[in-house]
Amino acid sequence: MKPAPFGYLRPGTLAEAVAALAGDPGAKVLAGGQSLVPLLNMRLAAPTTLIDLNALPGLDDVTVDEAGVRVGALARHAAVLASVEARRVQPLVAMALSNVAHPTIRNRGTTVGSLVHADAAAEMPVVLVLTGGSLEVEGPAGRRTVAASELFVGPLETSLHHDEIAVSAHFPALAPGAGAAFEEIARRHGDYALVGAGAIVDGDSVRVGFLSVSDLPTVVDLSGVAEADLGEAALAELEPGDDIHASADYRAQLVRVLTPRVVAAAREHAAHRLGRTRG
Amino acid sequence: MAEELHQIRLTVNGTAHDLRVPARRLLSDALRHDLALTGTHVGCEHGVCGACTVLLDGEPVRACLVFAVSVQGQEVTTVEGLTRPDGALGPVQQAFAECHGLQCGFCTPGFLTTITAGIRDNPEPTHEEAREMIAGNLCRCTGYQNIVKAVERAAVLAREGGPSEGGFETGLRPSSTTGDASVVEEVAQQPSRNHGDDVVDREDDAATTGLGA
Amino acid sequence: MTTKLMGQPVQRVEDQRFLRGQGRYTDDVLTTPGDDAVLHAAVLRSPHAHARIVDIDVSEVLDVEGVHAVWTYEDLEGLSPAMAAPLPLLIPHPALSHGRTQYALAKDEVNYVGEAVALVVADDRYVAEDAVGLIRVDYDILPAVVGVEAAREARHLVHDDVPGNRGARLVQEVGDAPAAVAAAPHRLELDLTIERSACMPLEGRGTVARWDPDTDRLQLWTSTQSSTGVRAAVAVKLGLALGQVDVITPDVGGGFGVKIVHPWPEELLVPLAARALGRPVKFTEDRREHFISSAHERGQVQHVEVGFDDEGRVLGLDVEFWHDHGAYTPYGLIVPIITSTQLLGPYKPGAYRVAFESLYTNTVIVTPYRGAGRPQGCFAMERTMDAIADYLGKDRTEVRAANFIQPDEFPYDHQMVFQDGRPLVYDSGDYPAMLEKLKALVGWDEFPAFQAEMAAEGRQVGIGLGCYVEGTGVGPYEGAHVHVETSGKVKVAIGLTTQGQGHQTVFAQLVADELGVKFEDVEVVAGDTRRMPYAVGTFASRAAVMSGSAVHLAAKRAKEKVLRIAADALEADEADLQIVDGVVSVKGAPPDAVGASIDLGTVSVLSNPLRYAFDEASKAATQFSVGDPGKPPVAEDDEPGLEGKDFYSPDRATFASGMHAVIVETDPQTAEITILKYAVVHDCGTVINPMIVEGQIHGGVAQGIGGSLYERMAYDSSGQLLNASFMDFLMPYVTEVPDGIAIDHLETPSPLNPLGIKGAGEAGVIPTAAAFAGAIEDAERRTRTEASITAMPISPSELYALRQTPRQEQS
Repeated sequence: MKPAPFGYLRPGTLAEAVAALAGDPGAKVLAGGQSLVPLLNMRLAAPTTLIDLNALPGLDDVTVDEAGVRVGALARHAAVLASVEARRVQPLVAMALSNVAHPTIRNRGTTVGSLVHADAAAEMPVVLVLTGGSLEVEGPAGRRTVAASELFVGPLETSLHHDEIAVSAHFPALAPGAGAAFEEIARRHGDYALVGAGAIVDGDSVRVGFLSVSDLPTVVDLSGVAEADLGEAALAELEPGDDIHASADYRAQLVRVLTPRVVAAAREHAAHRLGRTRG
Repeated sequence: MAEELHQIRLTVNGTAHDLRVPARRLLSDALRHDLALTGTHVGCEHGVCGACTVLLDGEPVRACLVFAVSVQGQEVTTVEGLTRPDGALGPVQQAFAECHGLQCGFCTPGFLTTITAGIRDNPEPTHEEAREMIAGNLCRCTGYQNIVKAVERAAVLAREGGPSEGGFETGLRPSSTTGDASVVEEVAQQPSRNHGDDVVDREDDAATTGLGA
Repeated sequence: MTTKLMGQPVQRVEDQRFLRGQGRYTDDVLTTPGDDAVLHAAVLRSPHAHARIVDIDVSEVLDVEGVHAVWTYEDLEGLSPAMAAPLPLLIPHPALSHGRTQYALAKDEVNYVGEAVALVVADDRYVAEDAVGLIRVDYDILPAVVGVEAAREARHLVHDDVPGNRGARLVQEVGDAPAAVAAAPHRLELDLTIERSACMPLEGRGTVARWDPDTDRLQLWTSTQSSTGVRAAVAVKLGLALGQVDVITPDVGGGFGVKIVHPWPEELLVPLAARALGRPVKFTEDRREHFISSAHERGQVQHVEVGFDDEGRVLGLDVEFWHDHGAYTPYGLIVPIITSTQLLGPYKPGAYRVAFESLYTNTVIVTPYRGAGRPQGCFAMERTMDAIADYLGKDRTEVRAANFIQPDEFPYDHQMVFQDGRPLVYDSGDYPAMLEKLKALVGWDEFPAFQAEMAAEGRQVGIGLGCYVEGTGVGPYEGAHVHVETSGKVKVAIGLTTQGQGHQTVFAQLVADELGVKFEDVEVVAGDTRRMPYAVGTFASRAAVMSGSAVHLAAKRAKEKVLRIAADALEADEADLQIVDGVVSVKGAPPDAVGASIDLGTVSVLSNPLRYAFDEASKAATQFSVGDPGKPPVAEDDEPGLEGKDFYSPDRATFASGMHAVIVETDPQTAEITILKYAVVHDCGTVINPMIVEGQIHGGVAQGIGGSLYERMAYDSSGQLLNASFMDFLMPYVTEVPDGIAIDHLETPSPLNPLGIKGAGEAGVIPTAAAFAGAIEDAERRTRTEASITAMPISPSELYALRQTPRQEQS
């Protein structure tokens, strides 16, 4: 299990990186590599060139303002998770991140890399969709912002063009009075979830995002649905699949269990935040 | 066509090494085969088992998921760097010996590096935190029981040893990103029922029913 | 007086190198870069489960820079004629009517995904893998046979010349079991299934070879459980004299059974390449290869018919099972034979009949994995005991107790033939006492109250238990060599190999005790054929029994010689001498008395009459210093040197035993299974080092948990292994094992060996699946009285499916 040979570039500027990517249709970008390198080692991917972003300056920031959390392309999961400010402004990010693999993987893996990898079984894509976030990408034509709703187009597939590099992700702030929660059930601690669910409740608005249930990270609007019907209402929008770890029926059951649980937890979180604000 | 080689410098256990490696050379292979530091073991090469865990600028990473070229200029600490300058075992190593925390020894280096960073960041782990600290490493021999004991013992030994004996901690400087234990705690205490909470529930059950193991 | 080390939790000596990163595992050998650096091998493996090889084209590989050799089957005969033949069938058996083994590189046909097809040797593993990717093989794909059901149906055959895919059928009978079942007051039938898992040591297979043209010898390092076995096989296959082959087992990163198989194709190909290329060659198996080209175990389908009386006593037990042995049978019928005999556990059924068929499938070979057929047998027997208890409305422990062999019935002869070809006779044990200990340890009698309390909260908890007897320490023999050097240090060699069991420590304990030397002065080397060329291997929990006994006997011989020489030197009677901390002295004499003591180093000097002195100590042994000029310097029945060598070869196996209990909670909604408590009582006879024994149990239980709740080999119908990675083959992390395993010991020493030892290595894993099945079933019956667990492992998804299925459709 050794990677096939590839060319290697370690650009010092973003412009160089974009130019290199544009000039080589077989090139791939390396940031944390925690999803990419296993694929390379197993020779399931064989890029002509790896463009290593790790020497690019200024991309490892986690910047937080009242509007939300901006995570640079080289910010490791661990750094995002450790940011007290990020947790205050959009708590769902940390809630989800604590479920991403194990701490050692989080030390190297990047949050933006996880988004671009676009695995529907991963935590962060659904969090980006649920929070209404976006990705800022740089290409030969300059910079553009891709809304999360436009980003995930297929299994492991985004709407980014080949020559675009994700520069940062933006997770908008959790509205005052809103609450968030994240739940998942995995076979082993740290594994990809069999089913995971994140919820944001804001007054009457109830939205739940699911991972590992469909080919895409899927957010279901459950506003106005009675507590007892939450699971079935969510299932009406989902088509759970099966694999060697769980049948489709079992995934459906987990959706039934997790949906009310995560919504209740989000409501509790909202109440807790409200209490803290007033206190 | 010969594969292109890249000139890199790696500082391993405090010693700088200049290497010429192909871009695809995994850090684990560079350590083992180019530098003959065979203490770092390779168990899966897809980042799951943790046997190859080394400290990169003080933080645990999987050496099998990092290319040597990508970490040029950085500091790496391997199991060989955990021994005290006088050759005595470091606190984590010593704890493993005392607690029978290893059998075949193959996964052990990854545990030792992980715990070294873990007790640096959290010098007084609770029992649950001791278990969490090693939750990303696979061991096929021990059933983990004695490794958990070793984490707790290592924390005691490290505290007793004090900072004055910290000269062996090459590359073990405190992390700037994970040093805030209160944050970790806050995440763990959110209403979400993650696996860690289950463990806590289980403990409570055991305590109230007299069925604790 | 030196404290006896037997029974002491002595810290392990091997840890010092492991903890410093100075262990020497196979891949660590020959790592020095340079011009004559080691070359690396990679193997092209079949992507198909069943196919005919039409053509192999290696032309693209030949020009790759850094490639030194590419071989297919066609090349083998020219390299060594014996390589043209299939690999050896290691353990022939009369019932194995259709035994088949693979070739080192596939000839004409492949029979599982992962079978070796071609070998590449290159400058490094990266280049070798590049080259493997350039080999073009044209396959004619054949239908694959996957799973016991397909094998029995035999719509397709794995091997054209093996009808019904049946490699073997074996029946053993004691009394007339079918008649006894038919005549019994009560009868039950059970269908029970266990899926495949695997040993999965964290270090895979690995072999390094260096051919030395100057001495005409081969040096081979290999990660094996049998260095002497590899040596013999390599010698035969490479056409070498045994004396030309040295096999060294370096540190081994876990075995658990899989590394007893030999020779692996690579164990022959690597030395062959080293000899042909004149360069050292290394093969280090990667994880994917380990999944698809080493070995699996456990897959078995079992049918039990049992007849019993009102007390639950088994009057007749009639068992039929089907064993999936994969594509080939290099290890013979060992696994199903063990199931068929060890299924009996601590019980004495009135009449017993067991029949099994061993079946070919287009999957990875099946060879022993820790427990080796016992977990399946235990599952069958213990599920049967639970079913009887359920049927009679009795406590599950009561039914077991009613069937126990009693302490006064040892030796107990089952009148069957065990895996070593010898009678199945239990040597010792006390099963009633053990059950009492287990009940106390787990809180069996208090459990119903707890269960009711939990039920009141809407929670489902259940308890289960599993009892087993494990034949350990099978022959034929092991040996040990003890050498007291002139430094006074003691060097010990054993022939079997070590994979983390702490042999260097426990055998040093035995030597220190017997010889009266300091523990730290004893160094044990294992699995080096240069040091101990006669040995069998590490399997069947036999190291402590076999090598332990041999070490003890060898140390005893060395001691006899020490005392003889020392008595002569001290002019004292042997009976008056003692050895303490490496010094022989006259008992009762003041410690500083002149001429009343002699250290072992000096005794060693005296044992070897010399012509030439090489240091101060050796002067004392030269010809003008010692000896009676009237006698030969070495007596007729003696030999020079202070050594003791001996072998231990028992009449038959020892029988360790144990009982496990587990308390689980099953989530009514998610079907998640949580372990609340795990308790183990075990009897491995005399314990040498309780710390190490407990460690073995911890590890076994963790593997048992894996096999009960997490691990399986997920083959699809075309024979592709869908979970050949640590991402999807779910070995437990710390988070999946209980926080604490309660352990209690019982010691019934074996009368068969001098120390009373029985084995402990496999104990933890044997009854785990049985105990979990019982506990999960018990928990489920809080809400579904008909719940029945008949297949392991079980995942939450499967438990959920079971809840949705009416009883009559189960099993």
